Amino acid sequence: MTDLHLLPISKNVVLEPIRKGFGRGLVGAGTINSNVVAACADLTESTQISLFKEKFPDRYIEIGVAEQNLVTVGSGLAAMGKIPFVSSYAAFSPGRNWEQIRTTICLNNVPVKIVGSHAGVSVGPDGATHQMLEDIALMRVLPNMVVIAPCDSIEAEKATIAMALDERPNYLRLAREATPIFTSKKTPFKIGQAQVFHEGIDVTIVSTGTMTYEALVAAEELKKHAISAEVVHMATIKPFDDKTLLKSVKKTNSVVIVEEGQINGGLGGAVAEFLGENYPIPMTRIGMRDSFGESGKVEELNDKFGLNAKQIVMSAIYIKDKKGASNAINTKTN
Amino acid sequence: MSGKYSIKDLEIISNDIREDIIKMLFEAGSGHSAGPLGLADIFTALYFDILKHDPTKPDWNERDILLLSNGHCVPVRYATMAHAGYFERKELMTLRKLGSRLQGHPERQRLPGLENTSGPLGCGLSQAAGMSLAMRMDKQTHRWIYVVLGDGEQDEGNVWEAAMLCSKYKLSNIIAITDRNNIQIDGPTESVMPLENLKDKWEAFGWHVIEINGNDIEAVIDACSMARAIREKPTMIIAHTIPGKGVDFMENDYRWHGMPPGLMDVAGDPPKAEQAKVALKELRTLGGKIKSEAHD
Repeated sequence: MTDLHLLPISKNVVLEPIRKGFGRGLVGAGTINSNVVAACADLTESTQISLFKEKFPDRYIEIGVAEQNLVTVGSGLAAMGKIPFVSSYAAFSPGRNWEQIRTTICLNNVPVKIVGSHAGVSVGPDGATHQMLEDIALMRVLPNMVVIAPCDSIEAEKATIAMALDERPNYLRLAREATPIFTSKKTPFKIGQAQVFHEGIDVTIVSTGTMTYEALVAAEELKKHAISAEVVHMATIKPFDDKTLLKSVKKTNSVVIVEEGQINGGLGGAVAEFLGENYPIPMTRIGMRDSFGESGKVEELNDKFGLNAKQIVMSAIYIKDKKGASNAINTKTN
Repeated sequence: MSGKYSIKDLEIISNDIREDIIKMLFEAGSGHSAGPLGLADIFTALYFDILKHDPTKPDWNERDILLLSNGHCVPVRYATMAHAGYFERKELMTLRKLGSRLQGHPERQRLPGLENTSGPLGCGLSQAAGMSLAMRMDKQTHRWIYVVLGDGEQDEGNVWEAAMLCSKYKLSNIIAITDRNNIQIDGPTESVMPLENLKDKWEAFGWHVIEINGNDIEAVIDACSMARAIREKPTMIIAHTIPGKGVDFMENDYRWHGMPPGLMDVAGDPPKAEQAKVALKELRTLGGKIKSEAHD
């Protein structure tokens, strides 16, 4: 296995919100390319687009609380050769303006970069209205759209720079809470490329966004249960890296999928669709099961909805047993 | 292109474009009749006098931009583009057919010369704002952006979000034209969702407003000329047009908003088999005022 330069899982891990990485990445992209511009719907600090605004005031547009306008202005900017990054909370963009994204960005095929911050239940006390859980599903079904959910602030920075070089419409999913930094500057990142962050032979754990850290914690814990888990981090949900996934599951023949969002149509949906059609194996999905979130502390919510390493461990044990049972049946039938 | 054609020339071109609209809609068997017919004078004025453009170089980076926000009126744009030399007129008969570059609603990537993909309403002005801001960043403020909007379209909140932004950033190279034909699919605009006082609304949003007869080509040219002289704010030209203009049985009748000739019988109108023929005859004789020329 090539060295991915991951930091060790430890209690002393440094925390930082992934949106901070986006803020730095956008300044970096803007420095490299003067066609990179930005617009925001009254949430500059929250989405960290404020860093770009301070550095390049002439290339920043304040839209006000108008998310439909935010993305359609983006469409116009892109038609004139700009690479616009347009940000708001994911609940509002792409939550409110899906049709404008579909027609004026995806069908029109212009490289607008939609940045949805504060996705997932980890917005905590703000409650269900602001906990965007359907954004991956909404963006994943659109032709031409690329969907990216980085795992930490370092990867978010790299993803942002890569997005500025990508000629397609992109969606970048960010979260509010400070989460562990566990990749490093040297960890490879490429749009469309999944990474095996932890090798194993018994069960594949596919994860995206900040849940990947939980998956790695779970993989360590699973060793105590004599289960060797492989963690496949899918930072890019679309285009879907079926090759990396298939290579892993052909080895493990069982899969647990974990994400901080609706499993219907989300990463869980994407993996289930692909494996159902091409390589059906025992599978279980962790994420929101057709329900909204609610107010609460982040740890309380993660515990309630099973969005943590503890749940991943239980699911991995369950799916490995199921695989064993199904193997036994197959052997009997044969 | 300014001044190349006399007003009389332009009126003849506009009428030819109307004939093509009737023929292409009849051939397609679906599509919108009233709006495109009503807009023929505005599109003729734009492509044959107002716009800086080159049909042989649709991507010319000094061209003016024309955005069609109410994409369902695209037959008038296709017909005018063909007359202006962007493609052969015979291609008009492929409208709405499989494999055609002339999609039922315009797609930028299919046909060079289109500037936006539209159909779902309310987005054109926002796209214009984005383009204008990009031009400002690139110091290309000598280029003009014309946006044609429907009136029923202005029920959409997105239009007013854009109106505020254009005003905030003083995007004075945007010249918007409202096709004020007073009809939308379900009926008169004032009964579906009242828009009046539309002039006051746009003024309240910080726009310079000019009201004209949108079927008077000279008035369209003059209004755009005046709009280009307004440098402190964007301009909205409220162009009062007659939907179905030139075809007596279609004029001012909302039932013809979203229907082609030949599709179905409409109470009080010619039978469906006769609709296209009657419409073409009326256009050729300017409603019986002149003698028809003998051509197909």
